This record gives sequence, structure tokens and C-alpha cells, in this order.
Amino acid sequence: MSLPHAVPSSKRPAATNSCRVCAPLGSVLAFRGLRGCMPLIHGSQGCATYIRRYLISHFREPMDVASTSFDESATIFGGQSNLAAAIKNLVRQYQPEVIGVCTTCLAETIGEDTVGILRQITKEDPELPAIIHVSTPSFKGCQYRGFHDTVEAILTATARGGERLPHVNLLPGPVSPADLRHLHEIVAAFNLPLLMLPDYSETLDGPSLASYAPIPEGGVSLAEVAEAGRALGTLQLGTTLNPGPGACLERDHGVPLVKANLPIGVRATDAFLASLAAFGPGLAWESPAAEPAIPAWLTAERGRLVDAYVDGHKYVSGKRVAVVGDPDLAVAVAGFCAEIGLVPVLVASGALTHRMASALAVLGLEAGTFEVMEDADYDSIAKRLMELKPDLVLGPSKSYPTTRALGIPLVRIGFPVHDRIGAGRILHLGYRGTQRLFDEVANALLGHQQDSSEMGYAYQ
Amino acid sequence: MDLLDDRKRQVVTAGEVRAVVCDRPSVAGSVTQRACSFCGSRVVLYPIADALHLVHGPVGCAAYTWDIRGAQSSGPQLHRLSFNTDVREEEVIFGGEKKLARALRELVVIHKPKGAFVYATCLTGVIGDDVDAVCRMATAELGIPIIPVQSEGFKGTKKDGYSAACRALDQLIGTGPTEGIGPYSVNILGDFNIAGEIWTIKGYLERMGVEVVATLTGDGRVDTIRRAHGVKLNIVQCAGSMTSVAKLMKEKYGIPYVQVSFFGLEDCADALYQIAKHFGDPEMMRRTKEIVRTETEAVLPELARIRKDLEGKKAALYVGGAFKAFSLVKALRQIGMQVAMAGTQTGGPADYEHLKELCDADTILADDSNPLEMASWLALRDVDLFIGGVKERPVAFKLGIGFCDHNHERKIGLAGFEGCAAFAREVHATVTSPVWSLVPRRAGRGLA
Repeated sequence: MSLPHAVPSSKRPAATNSCRVCAPLGSVLAFRGLRGCMPLIHGSQGCATYIRRYLISHFREPMDVASTSFDESATIFGGQSNLAAAIKNLVRQYQPEVIGVCTTCLAETIGEDTVGILRQITKEDPELPAIIHVSTPSFKGCQYRGFHDTVEAILTATARGGERLPHVNLLPGPVSPADLRHLHEIVAAFNLPLLMLPDYSETLDGPSLASYAPIPEGGVSLAEVAEAGRALGTLQLGTTLNPGPGACLERDHGVPLVKANLPIGVRATDAFLASLAAFGPGLAWESPAAEPAIPAWLTAERGRLVDAYVDGHKYVSGKRVAVVGDPDLAVAVAGFCAEIGLVPVLVASGALTHRMASALAVLGLEAGTFEVMEDADYDSIAKRLMELKPDLVLGPSKSYPTTRALGIPLVRIGFPVHDRIGAGRILHLGYRGTQRLFDEVANALLGHQQDSSEMGYAYQ
Repeated sequence: MDLLDDRKRQVVTAGEVRAVVCDRPSVAGSVTQRACSFCGSRVVLYPIADALHLVHGPVGCAAYTWDIRGAQSSGPQLHRLSFNTDVREEEVIFGGEKKLARALRELVVIHKPKGAFVYATCLTGVIGDDVDAVCRMATAELGIPIIPVQSEGFKGTKKDGYSAACRALDQLIGTGPTEGIGPYSVNILGDFNIAGEIWTIKGYLERMGVEVVATLTGDGRVDTIRRAHGVKLNIVQCAGSMTSVAKLMKEKYGIPYVQVSFFGLEDCADALYQIAKHFGDPEMMRRTKEIVRTETEAVLPELARIRKDLEGKKAALYVGGAFKAFSLVKALRQIGMQVAMAGTQTGGPADYEHLKELCDADTILADDSNPLEMASWLALRDVDLFIGGVKERPVAFKLGIGFCDHNHERKIGLAGFEGCAAFAREVHATVTSPVWSLVPRRAGRGLA
């Protein structure tokens, strides 16, 4: 028997404290992972400004995003001249290799033929850099969809078929720059050439600079993305995606698509590494009986992680936990929680996928023992938490007012984390990310117990 | 800096004869720091703590403005929640009026607000929802004032949003009783009670013998705003956002107003003197002088100590409104710092003329600037400090330059006399940090 789900916010007349933001934000984030890319939001300038502000508060990095700055006349007569002027001005100021154009509700609602206008602009000036367009009205989805639609738009516009090349495409989803760096490191250990899209591992967590970089260094280049259609395969992280951006490569270029959970927890990381090993030349790919060769340092990290699980298991065992986040992150973190003996009571996301419950079931979380909320707002999440009274919440900083009211700890994960520094450096993935997460979870529970004790002990 | 052609006339140095061209829409593709008119309305009205603030539009407009500013309330906290009709495809096709009406009914029952503001957005503007009509209907049905705010994002800049907010306030002002309001009574306009600043200012006014009736909108309440027309004087702090309310009240109710600033010792003292002078009570003037003297004496020793470390250092600032820029130039001078660059999002022609008089001849003045311009000036003038908001912060930090947040997100009160000391401490903490000796831009220069 499954427990009743809260009413999704789309069925109610009003959302209170939204748990999602709009699609162009996800699009900007994805475009930031393309080398030399300048995002341009087609619509009112407030959209760009708010998105910049929201992303800056999380990443604490420069976030130059252009806008076509619609005014009333553009709204009535169309934004063609605004789009042309914006492209001209940003090319002059930023000299981008690529311009990533995403659209707002406004442009979409007035029926703007953005594709047609861009074709005209490109025709008139063949010297312009590549322009990739993606339609991202926020009344049709949230940042999660905007992100994946943008990855798909980049692939569709850029990837070319041809003779197979020995690399793997990795579509990591909206994880942190630290996660992306760690994924690079892991894949490199398998001697697999990697094409990661998007790759904002450097662009959104860059070094201190002597002079301002109009577009931050780093990212995957369009030339590299062009080879996505010739890869050994595509590994797409996230199991709630249906089918997800990697499907276009399978459809158009016959690149096999492998879906995996975000590697959080020992088993999920084992599975991820096995998927990678399967791409390796001469390994399981050709002789399934052979044990996949896992690099020694990863085996060592796994060993330390399991050892830490043992050291800390009693502090977490049986504690009730709620997880809030992007669908795939929430699913993977809930899987990790179950693996260490925490008891998930609520797994919630602002996005709507209809697939979180089944993705959790695949991870062995028994339906009916916990609640799943999709399309949730923080108000409805808070109401459930007040009832469920978990011991701990893992989620974005927007969960803080609720955990504060409940007097329970919050372990900050995912996006956004607006009330701490280092959000871009939160490592969630791999044995190492799991290790960090496990230590933080166990210590949050230990710290809470210690702070609540009258004795004020200093040992454990 | 190689400025865009369309932007050249918006940048001058203070010593030039040429005026700053301003009050114009942002150039497409220039990466303006300005937001939209929705933003202007939202920031001005949101601190009214017992009102329901309902964003009629898509999720982003509401989510991005959920409790992101530090406007404090001494009572209700309703303003800190984000309410949104969460318009989706269905409403885009069939219209959102019904959903808006249902949302108001549901939310008013749950939260029992004293009034409500309904913010129109780009989306609900173009799908043609009649927000006015829904609000009229809901006011009649639900028995509280439900006020539409014409804040469609495309209808201009933040400044136009301020005007829309002022028109909304105008609908509330004058609808409440004015009995019991004394002769030395004021409203405070254009202070948003960031980090409790309005309480600091109220404290001075009360010691002067001035009665504060309504605060617009920091720590604001619907019922006190309804009786705001009973005062004898309006005090306007954030001139850009609220002067139009003051003007309206002067026309409608004959209430005079003074434009003041409570940032910086000089301006803060001047503000209190202006108010005392207006009431013309010698006893009040005596008390005001006493307040200024004791409060100034309390902070001067610390300011002097801090000044020793900051003397001759250079600052740049980029803020929303010009009045804050004026105060900051003076406040920085007070702690020994020069201003190498000053810019605003919404300054008008007279503001920039005044800024030219205040600043040094080589100070760069810029209207509606962008990150590339600012970054180039910060580096060119080799400044030690940048003052701005969250969007300006990474420009400074990426270049290894100190930063002071003077926008609405900050958690430290910077107004009033004690605010001057807090400001000086903030500046000192960032400018004298030992980390700068490690950043590439200053490599080899040693400690500050």
C-alpha cells in the first residue's frame, strides 16, 4: 500500500515557496559548460538579471548572461531587432565561440519565430559565431527540463556521425563543478577518452584572475561535441529522464545509450564504474566473464568508504530522513541513505517526471514505506515534514526555514545552496563524494545529539 | 575600455563638461545589471509584512524573489513567503484569471492578510488577463483591499516598476482613519528596514519627539499605510523609489516632504536637522543637536582608528539609486578613501550633475553599466574596494578586490550613526584582509 501523495502544485491554484525555478536558468547553466559560450536570453531583461543573481549566489562566480531586453514595442511587434542588436553587441564585447539563445515565457507567448529570425541573422552575417537555440518557456517545465533540453539542443545542432572513435560521451546532468572534476578523474583512470556535456567544471569554479575573463576559461568545445555522434556509447546519468538528451545520439547516429544512476553510495558507484569498464577495450565489453578492471585508487577509496560506513553505522541507523532536490539527485541520495541504514520517509522534488517512484524502486526502496512528492513546493514539503518529523533533511538551502522550525539538522546538497560558501565544491559523486556525504550526515546527527545534550560531552 | 557605441554617452569623468546620458532603456546584449519593472515593484512593496504578495505569472518570477532581501518585520512575517499562481501552459492558452481568483480565495482564507498585492508579469500581461477586474471582484468578495500592481516586466525598467508600486500604494493611502495623529508626525518613505535599519532611524526620531505613523515600506503594515495621509511631513530616504508617492501625497493631501539619507555621518545629521527645522520647535532642535553630538561622539574614535588604515585607498561603487551613491561618496571620504568610479542603475540627469560636483575630477561616472565595463575600471584604477550588490560581488572578487555589500541582501545595518561605524568596519575588514597578497592581480606587492 502506498501512502497518499500531497497534491502537486499544478493542481492547486497557487504555489507557496516554489521548489523549482524556471527553464532558462537550467539552460544558462548548461550553456556555461560549452567552451567560449555566451548565453543570451530572449525576452525581458529581468529574466537574465534574476537568473544571474540566483546562480551567482550559488556559484559565487562571474555570471555574465546577455538579454535581448524586450520593451513594450518588442512585445507588440516582435523582438527581431532586439535579437539582432543583442547578438551584435555581445559579439563585439565578448567575442564568443558560441552563442546559446534560450527563450523566455514572453518570447514564446507572443509567438516569436526565434528559429526563423536567427536563420535570417546568420544569413545576413555569415561571420557570426555558431548560434544554438533552445526553446525554454518556463510555463512548460522547470530548470531541470531547461538543462536537459539545452544539452539535447547542443547535441542535435552539433553532433555529426561517422566512423567510431574510442571515446565515451558522458551526460552528467546538473551536478556540481566538483562532481564534474571528479568524473573526469574517474573516467581518465579507465583510460577512456571522455566527452562530457556540459562541462562547467572550470567555468563555474575558476581561479582568482589578474584580469577579468569575459567568458570564463574551460568547457567542452563545439568541435569536440561534433564527435559525440561517433562515440563508443553515451553514458547518461539520471534514471528519471525519459528518454533524456542522449537518445538523440542513439537515434541519429546509432550511438548506444546507457543510463545509470548518479553514482552516490557504494552500490551506485560500483554500477557506474562497471558501466565505464564495459566501454573499456578488451574488458567486459568483449568477454563478459572477465572481471572489470577497477583502478586501484578507486578500490582503495571504496575500501575506506565501507570502513567508514562501519565506523559510523550506529549513528545513522534507523534515523529518519527526508531528501529534497532535483529528481535524479534526490533519487540517488535516497538510495545512498537506504544503503547506510537511514530510513527515507520523504523524497521530494519541485520537478515533475512521474518517474521518481519507479527509479527509487529500482534502487530497492520499497514502495509504501516512504512518500514521494513530485511537482512539490516548499510549503507542501514543509507540511509533510512537520507531520513526518524526520531526524535529518538532505536538500538545498531553501529547506532551511523548515529544518530550523523543526530543530533538526540540514545537510546541504544540490542546488541552490545560497547560505554557505563553496556550493560549487560540494562533491556528491563517486566513493569520494559519498565519503564526504557520509561523514557530513553522521557528523550532523552526532553534532545535533551533542548540542542537545545537557552534559556537553567532548567525546563519542 | 572599448565601450559599445550605444553606451558611450552614458559614461563620463566627473571633470568633463559633458553630461551623463541616462534614463534610457538598456542596450540589448550589453549585460545590464538592471532588472525589470516587475523587480522594481516587488522590491518596493514586498516589505509590507501583513500583506499577501501574490505573483501572477510563471514560477521563476516568484521563485527568484522569495525572501531574498533582508527586510525585517517586528511582527507578521507573511511578506517572506513567496506566493505564485504558477501559470502553466493551460492558462497560457485559456487565460489565468480563474486561477488567480481561486488562488486569492484560497490564500486569503489560509493566511488572513490585511491586504494583498497582485503582481502582473510579462506572461500574464501578454495573455491579456484582466488583473484589475479580478482584484476588484476579490476585494468585494473577500473584504480586504486587493490591489493590482501593473508590473509587467517588459513595461520598462526597474524605475517604471517603482512607479507602478507607488500607484499601488496610492490606492491604500487615504483609506484609513487619521484620528490621534499629532502635530510632529511623519511617515518614513523609501526605507526597507534592511537589517532593522528603520528601527535605528525611528529611535532617533522618537528621541527628537517626532511621531512615526507609517513606514513605507520597511516593517510596513497595511493599516498604518491606510492612515499615512494624516501626517504633517513625509521623509523620503530612497528618493528613486518613493519620491513619486511623496509628490502624490503633497498634491492630494498637502503634505510636504524632505529628501534625506541616513547613510553616512554627514547625511544622517543633516537628515535629522532638516526634520527638526521643518517643525520649527526650538526644543526639538535642541534635542536633535544633542542626539547628533552624542551619537557622533560615540562612533568618531572608531572611525578615526579605521581611517588610519584606509587613508588614500581607492573605492568604486555601483548601486541602484543615486541618493545612495551621494551618501557613499561622502561616507568613504569620512574614512579617508577616494572614489575612482561611481555608477547607478537608475540615476537621473540632476543626480549625475550632483554626483559630478561631489566627486573628484577624474572619477568615472557611469549609468547602467555592465560587468565588463566595471571590471575594466576596477583594474584600470587599481581600486581596493568595490561597493555594490550580489551581482557586482563576483566582478570584484574574481579580480581579487575587496567588496562591501550595500544592497538589500546584506545582514548588517549600515544606516544611522552606528551604521557608519558598521560600514567602516565592513570596509576595513575587506580592504585590509591579508588574502589580497596572494591574489594574482596583486602578486608581489606585499601586504596591504
